[in-house]
Amino acid sequence: MPSKLPKPKVPGLLKGLGVTARTFAETVKPKKMGGGAATVQYPHEKESPPIRARGVIALREDNCTACMLCARSCPDWCIFIEAHKDLAPPRRAGGAPRKVNKLDRFDIDYALCMYCGICVEVCPFDALFWSPEYEYSEPKIADLLHDKTKLGEWMETVPEAPALEAGAEKKKGK
Amino acid sequence: MTDLADRQKLSYIAAQAADARLNVELETEGMTLNIGPQHPATHGTLRIIVRLDGEQVVWAEPSAGYMHRGYEKLTEVRTFPQVTALINRIDWLGSFANEVPFILAAEKLMEIEAPPRAQYIRTILFELSRIANVSLFLGDLGVQLGAVTPVFFAFRDREYVLNLIEAATGGRFHPNFDRIGGLKDDLPAGWLAETKQVMKRLRGFCDEIEDLLFGNEIFQSRLRGIGVIPADVAKQYGLSGANLRASGVDWDLRRDQNLPMAWDKADWKVITHPDGDSFARCWVRLQEVRESTKIVDQLCDSLPSGPIMAKVPRIIKVPEGEAWVSTENPLGEMGYYVVSKGDLGPFRVKIRSASFNNISIVPWVLRGVYVPDVISILASLYFILGDIDR
Amino acid sequence: MIALAYWVQSLLRVLGGTVAVLLPAGTIVYLFLFKMMSFMQSRLGPMEAGPYGSLQLFAEVGKWLQKEDIAPERADKRIFRIAPLLVLVSTFLLVAVVPFGPDAYFTNFDAGVFYMLAVSSVSTLGILIAGWSSANKYSLLGGLRAAGQLIAYELPMVLSVLGVVIQAGTMNLQSIVMQQNAGSIFGWDGIGNPFILTQFVGFLIFMISVQAELTQTPFDMPIAESELVSGYMTEYSGFRFLIFFIAEFATAGVFALIASVLFLGGWGIPFSWFGWDSVGSIDNWMNVGGPLIMVTKMVVLSGIIMWVRFSYPRMREDQLQRFAWKVLVPLSLLNIMATAILKVVF
Repeated sequence: MPSKLPKPKVPGLLKGLGVTARTFAETVKPKKMGGGAATVQYPHEKESPPIRARGVIALREDNCTACMLCARSCPDWCIFIEAHKDLAPPRRAGGAPRKVNKLDRFDIDYALCMYCGICVEVCPFDALFWSPEYEYSEPKIADLLHDKTKLGEWMETVPEAPALEAGAEKKKGK
Repeated sequence: MTDLADRQKLSYIAAQAADARLNVELETEGMTLNIGPQHPATHGTLRIIVRLDGEQVVWAEPSAGYMHRGYEKLTEVRTFPQVTALINRIDWLGSFANEVPFILAAEKLMEIEAPPRAQYIRTILFELSRIANVSLFLGDLGVQLGAVTPVFFAFRDREYVLNLIEAATGGRFHPNFDRIGGLKDDLPAGWLAETKQVMKRLRGFCDEIEDLLFGNEIFQSRLRGIGVIPADVAKQYGLSGANLRASGVDWDLRRDQNLPMAWDKADWKVITHPDGDSFARCWVRLQEVRESTKIVDQLCDSLPSGPIMAKVPRIIKVPEGEAWVSTENPLGEMGYYVVSKGDLGPFRVKIRSASFNNISIVPWVLRGVYVPDVISILASLYFILGDIDR
Repeated sequence: MIALAYWVQSLLRVLGGTVAVLLPAGTIVYLFLFKMMSFMQSRLGPMEAGPYGSLQLFAEVGKWLQKEDIAPERADKRIFRIAPLLVLVSTFLLVAVVPFGPDAYFTNFDAGVFYMLAVSSVSTLGILIAGWSSANKYSLLGGLRAAGQLIAYELPMVLSVLGVVIQAGTMNLQSIVMQQNAGSIFGWDGIGNPFILTQFVGFLIFMISVQAELTQTPFDMPIAESELVSGYMTEYSGFRFLIFFIAEFATAGVFALIASVLFLGGWGIPFSWFGWDSVGSIDNWMNVGGPLIMVTKMVVLSGIIMWVRFSYPRMREDQLQRFAWKVLVPLSLLNIMATAILKVVF
């Protein structure tokens, strides 16, 4: 048989009514006085996600060397890269032209992406960044495939990395 | 078998008798009811086949596998960093806690240890995911019993915890923040102060739930003395976590194991309850949320400074060997048996998830109860479908 | 009273009845189901349709009307289609005896209380056949539970109303209202003599039984969405579900109206305020003021019903039966005895 519970001073049934009544009063109370609902009326007002939020991946095309590290480390293989060799003007005057990889295609299929962030982490040339933007849903699933121009446009929304908590060791790079 | 609740014993005998009578005397038949795979009470796609005599359960069996995603096989074709991204989808409500035992197992094989600061942050995030997970359980419990309001309180206050996890890791549900040898990143500035505020809020949430649900006489009459699992039966069926502690077994892997985590640095106690009924299971979980908020508070205060990453090669190859690490996850004991052949990825990973073992007791505990109690017992056993089917 | 042709009167009655059923249902759904519940859960509820979401209900009704009217393959189709109407009919029959003013009533006959208690169980029949004809195990369980529950709670309800009947000495609802407002408490007639004071136990039992009769939490086992999906309503969609929905909340409103008639003085205000002493001397404006007073009382009472609904978990079927037979029935019997004794003494 179950053990005895301590007898409450106020019957639990009344206490329960009290909790809901208190929440009711809190929600009805105007916002200025610290009341208001816990929810946000979405299209009219928006919550801002934290700086580190993994919303969408932005691509800085100039930095990308088509090394394929990101495409290979993606757990569900949603990054598609095609590139060709190109000649770039030499660094010093009179030098031989450099051979560089020129991106033809850099697609991320957000219908497949799991937002794990491994691609951003492995990129050795700082070409991929996280942006906290989240409003890019599409009526057609095929439109979730973002090509390199679209990924490049996200670069504008990439925030500065946040300051670290006290006691953290400074890291080099990103 | 000791301590079997009288009611349960009697109803089991009654059910047996009813079965015999049904077939011989009255030539009526019982009814087979499929609870699930699509049913509001199973939060996922668990199917429970129950054979009813009136509203009394004569026989019950869970039928899992409707959401099997084959994680054990998937891990075999992924590299170690990729596996962490996958496995935090096993128990999707407490996802960071899924990463920790796997990473610890890999670290054990590589014979490295995360620096103290990383251990502390890991423990904080681990406990935060426990709070996020169990607070949703407390709300969901209300829904299973027909109270509509608690679940909204749970979602409201869990949101603060998820915001914390998102601010630190970047992912609300699937942090993928744990790395072999440490963590991906350090905490952002101002995070610790906010965490302590949220912990205060969550203690308020626990009080609210206690007033709204646990103190409610209807709630108590629904859960007390129902679905009693004696300690020896619980052990035989391999229950773990709060389900086991509610049967009076003082067993908590956070305290009993010597893992490179920071639980031993905080002052907290393991909650047990002697009753073993549904109410005890829910009560233990509620108290555990309180204890977790205490752990987080203390660890935030004593967070050491230093690096968050040990020296790890850029391309991780885990040396050949086998390792088993299990931790006390929100749902119970979760462990990974990692076999490595020295490649980029594991050769084989055996996942021991808590819910799968916890629901194995369902046929035993559901005999002789009424249909409404089926729901409340399942709710109090607390399983997550991803954790059962993997 | 202006003499009207019979057909005009009938038309007015039908229109009035429709308003008296739909208006409380709409008020309750908007005020409590949409807004109060949301506030209690610290959210705002519907906000987009109309100012503060006040037109949300019309949007919902429109949505339901557009949906396909589906009947399960193996259902007993004719019965399946009739069932929701039968439930709604009980609400219309109930509202017929509720007096809204000195002359504003649909019908005024002496066995009002008796009739009211009788027709309130018509809905049980509707629910039972809805559960049976759906050819669904969950519906069947829900329907059977509903039948058991409604019958169990009919009894304490009848017995608690008996206390009022004994005290008033009549079964006519209009006379019960009159008595409360014309009465006095030990010679003081400032607030009349609402029966809630003398019949407080009866009032509590009546409200609990109403809660059960309406299948609201903590007595919502027939619907019990976490156990029986939606009970007897599982297979219904479209406008038949809408009818169930309207019936549920309209009945809540009508029962709140009846409770206010029986215990809170109904449409009246204490007669001593204006020096009225009989039906004939009541001013005519009470025919407009009365319904407003009734609606106010209904909102308060149904607010309490809904408040309890949003705060409590559900009981179990056997606990509910035990509560009805072992607590409520003896208590209401005691109440009747006490009332009878006091009636004789005073």
